[in-house]
Amino acid sequence: MGMTMTQKILAAHAGLESVKAGDLIEASLDLVLGNDVTTPVAINELSKFNKKTVFDNTKIALVMDHFTPNKDIKSAEHVKQVRDFSKANNIVNYFDVGQMGIEHALLPEKGLIVAGNTCIGADSHTCTYGALGAFSTGVGSTDMAAGMVTGKAWFKVPSAIKFVLKGEKAEWVSGKDLILHIIGMIGVDGARYKSMEFAGEGVASLTMDDRFTIANMAIEAGAKNGIFPVDDLTLDYIKDHAPEKFANKEYTVYEADADADYDEVIEIDLSTLRPTIAFPHLPENTKTIDEIHAEGDIAIDQVVIGSCTNGRIDDMRIAADVMNGRKVADWLRVIVIPGTQEIYLQMLKEGLTQIFVEAGAIVSTPTCGPCLGGHMGILAHGEKAVSTTNRNFIGRMGAIDSEIYLASPAVAAASAITGKISSPEDLGL
Amino acid sequence: MNAHGIVHRYGDNVDTDVIIPARYLNTADPAELAKNCMEDIDKEFVNRVKAGDIMVAGKNFGCGSSREHAPIAIKASGISCVIAESFARIFYRNSINIGLPILECKEASEEIKAEDEVEVNFDTGEITDITTGKKYQGQAFPPFMQNIITSGGLINSINAKNE
Ligand code: SF4
Repeated sequence: MGMTMTQKILAAHAGLESVKAGDLIEASLDLVLGNDVTTPVAINELSKFNKKTVFDNTKIALVMDHFTPNKDIKSAEHVKQVRDFSKANNIVNYFDVGQMGIEHALLPEKGLIVAGNTCIGADSHTCTYGALGAFSTGVGSTDMAAGMVTGKAWFKVPSAIKFVLKGEKAEWVSGKDLILHIIGMIGVDGARYKSMEFAGEGVASLTMDDRFTIANMAIEAGAKNGIFPVDDLTLDYIKDHAPEKFANKEYTVYEADADADYDEVIEIDLSTLRPTIAFPHLPENTKTIDEIHAEGDIAIDQVVIGSCTNGRIDDMRIAADVMNGRKVADWLRVIVIPGTQEIYLQMLKEGLTQIFVEAGAIVSTPTCGPCLGGHMGILAHGEKAVSTTNRNFIGRMGAIDSEIYLASPAVAAASAITGKISSPEDLGL
Repeated sequence: MNAHGIVHRYGDNVDTDVIIPARYLNTADPAELAKNCMEDIDKEFVNRVKAGDIMVAGKNFGCGSSREHAPIAIKASGISCVIAESFARIFYRNSINIGLPILECKEASEEIKAEDEVEVNFDTGEITDITTGKKYQGQAFPPFMQNIITSGGLINSINAKNE
């Protein structure tokens, strides 16, 4: 029996010829990740180990992104604890205000993870790096602590659902619409324990930023990881962002075997996708823009464009395209948050920041901020937001009776102009 | 290693909020957490449970938040093993890591009744319902996972290895 792409990466990192779904294995890790919320807990756990030193000070990434720049004394203390730990252990990849970005936008950009790597992160959206053909998954604090000390983690080898993509998506349809469409189809536990493996000729038409968005939200279908095949686009990305690793061939391209076993194979024709929006309070409550138009307008109070799902440069370009020369609707707040400092700079260079500010939006420093209801745009009772983030759980962005509608940057930007859930087509674009 | 005890039975989608409600998360003390384990769906559980007892449930056990407090509360209440049709992914990891034995077995999850006396052999994955005499095959843990559980969790097992 052949192996899936994920199974091959896991087998190689466990020193095994082959693995099959359900096997319990121990794999070596190329990267261990934590943020300002989860790392303090892991540091406390770490004190219980006999060996208190980290396995490799270059293979740990600590990113202060959730409540930074620190919003209160408690969060400042947490970051201080991680900063002190990083100094003491000479953690090379510690990212604080000034260098930091949202972890899952930052790590690939810094070249810290490449094709064929394994990574655990004490953050559920660690699955993002599957876009690069790596195995990465979210874990708890004990796992992170053990990973930091031993450089290893145990895994139950997942089975997989294969998504065969064909055709090309229409203008204004993005990776976000595809992943929301999939979650709407299979449900929030539709891929529980499993890998979501993407394949088919349609993959070629997805940009790297589309792929990051899709892999990022695999967790919203309950998946262990989401993963894309490595093609020229992936290799170009690695060459640009990890030139040394590229030159030294420190990446590995794994391909699923032709006879790999899949629990299910689902075909999706990208040309049939429409702008898709997830209604409160689950990412599986999806509707297309056409269904929304047929049912009646939904007026909104706030728009958020950012997060580890959609805070990348493509997202900013699409949103700016839609908002260019237009004005934010009356009585609406629009918050734009680039994922990293580099994206922030690129926006300045391309004039995107100016477009947003002239339209009446604000542009923030990189932070998770409102995505988890942390700071920088909390919703009041009964308010509605269109957001390019990934979770619309009850109270996620503020008051428990506030509502979040998850959407693509194109839909968020169009909604920013009309003040109700809209697509760029509604603006004649 | 074996578990042997009386069964406490629950249904599908038992989430971490009912295993240990958020209002009790201001402590990390296992004994304190155990006092309120399962109370939102089974008030009598804490009075009924005896050391060594076994929990049997349906699918997606432990869904919801990633709080490690949930498996800690179950373990501290005296439960020696949880058998379910399936576990939510992060609960599964957290259970092993804190040393709570868990076993997936669809048939056993469907058939074993509350109050049955059950024995579980962790080496073989065999589950025996002593009350009915029926045997079920769950997945056995490989040696290193058994090692985590018998050591009392991931950190202890790693410490033991490095001694
Ligand atoms: S942007 Fe949101 S989902 Fe992503 S890491 Fe930050 S809080 Fe989590």
